[in-house]
Amino acid sequence: MSTTGQGKGWDVLDSQDRARFEQVVLPHLDAAFNLSRWLLRSRADAEDVAQEALLRAFRFFRGFNGGDARAWLLQIVRNTCYTWLEKNRQVELMTEFDEDLHQQSSATPETLAIAGDNRERLARALETLPVRFREVIILRELEGCSYKEIASITSVPIGTVMSALARARQRLQRALTQPAQQEAPHEL
Amino acid sequence: MSCDFSTTLLHAYLDGELDAMRAAEFERHLETCRECTATLGAAESLRSSLQRAQLYETAPPGLRKKIRSELKISAAGASSSPVAAWRWLAAAAAILLVTGVAWFAVPQFRSDTPQSVTAAEVIDAHIRSLQAGHLTDVASTDQHTVKPWFNGKLDFIPPVRDFMDEGFPLIGGRLDVLGERNVAALVYGRRKHFINVFVWPTKDLDTPIHPPGSRQGYQWVHWRHQGMEFCAVSDVSAQDLHELAQLFIQNH
Repeated sequence: MSTTGQGKGWDVLDSQDRARFEQVVLPHLDAAFNLSRWLLRSRADAEDVAQEALLRAFRFFRGFNGGDARAWLLQIVRNTCYTWLEKNRQVELMTEFDEDLHQQSSATPETLAIAGDNRERLARALETLPVRFREVIILRELEGCSYKEIASITSVPIGTVMSALARARQRLQRALTQPAQQEAPHEL
Repeated sequence: MSCDFSTTLLHAYLDGELDAMRAAEFERHLETCRECTATLGAAESLRSSLQRAQLYETAPPGLRKKIRSELKISAAGASSSPVAAWRWLAAAAAILLVTGVAWFAVPQFRSDTPQSVTAAEVIDAHIRSLQAGHLTDVASTDQHTVKPWFNGKLDFIPPVRDFMDEGFPLIGGRLDVLGERNVAALVYGRRKHFINVFVWPTKDLDTPIHPPGSRQGYQWVHWRHQGMEFCAVSDVSAQDLHELAQLFIQNH
């Protein structure tokens, strides 16, 4: 029955486990891919890493105690992404998680609405955020996670999630409106 | 910076993650604070931009296939017969149930948040209760039936009163979970509407009936009275909720 050595532990999971994995975990593949894509800023890398994370999840599936499958999977996805970043783009993880936010954002709903209406600009602004800010935005705004879920996925206390999210949004607002001001002369 | 509210709180409010009392407090603060109103407006605008931009990227179709074949999950497993669909639903329901339990079992969440209930949780619990068959575990207009029903199910005894004569007939009660603890939910009628009054014990001092908060068309009021914390939520008017809250306080 056993296949090649690479499948350590896989064979232990019987067909029932496989079916359950498919029903419970695989439906969250889009969430896994989306998170990887934004953490790695690349669809191609995201495809590899999401696949690796899913296979990893399958190996750990016995240890899954039937909680929130999406949060459980996303935690594995996030860890897999960070491992990948450490190996391939260490600089990104070292980017200061800086507190330099004394400068108030001059964003008003109007300037933001104009800047935010451009998908490309929004995506680029999001990608300039340090990965730890980016991930809370993705989990909250795109994945619709509660603070509790984000805390569990990123393994930090809820209070940290709260302040990271507040700061991440401020940074994103600045990233959106500042280039807009610089670019204005070209557009005129 | 004349404003007492931190930006962090403002964002928690935007996300429905402030506790019911502070959310209502913040709404009142918004009425007079231009700075917070502007900041909130900008944050809301950013959020709707993010949603409009459709940044969510779904997995390429090939990826699902690749993973399936790696896992040797047979295509037959993905049958979409009605039976399978039901099984899936049952599994989903089970997950939901267990999720609830699992979150509350994780101790790390208890340490850094006060034992309070967020506005979003209160509204969610109310909406959940309105789904068929969820409103009451014990359906009775008799307070002497509803009150003993809670015995042994909670570590406190909720005050149960019928206010039929005052226009708030008791409909029943049920157990619910809010802010990581078991609470009593008392259900009242108001004309054709339902009101959930969530009750749980507290060590904090009494607080008066707080000015109401509102979200998604639902209103809530919050108060503490003699060791119990209350949160009443409904789609009825804030004035009705206030009236019911007063009945609770007067009849205790």
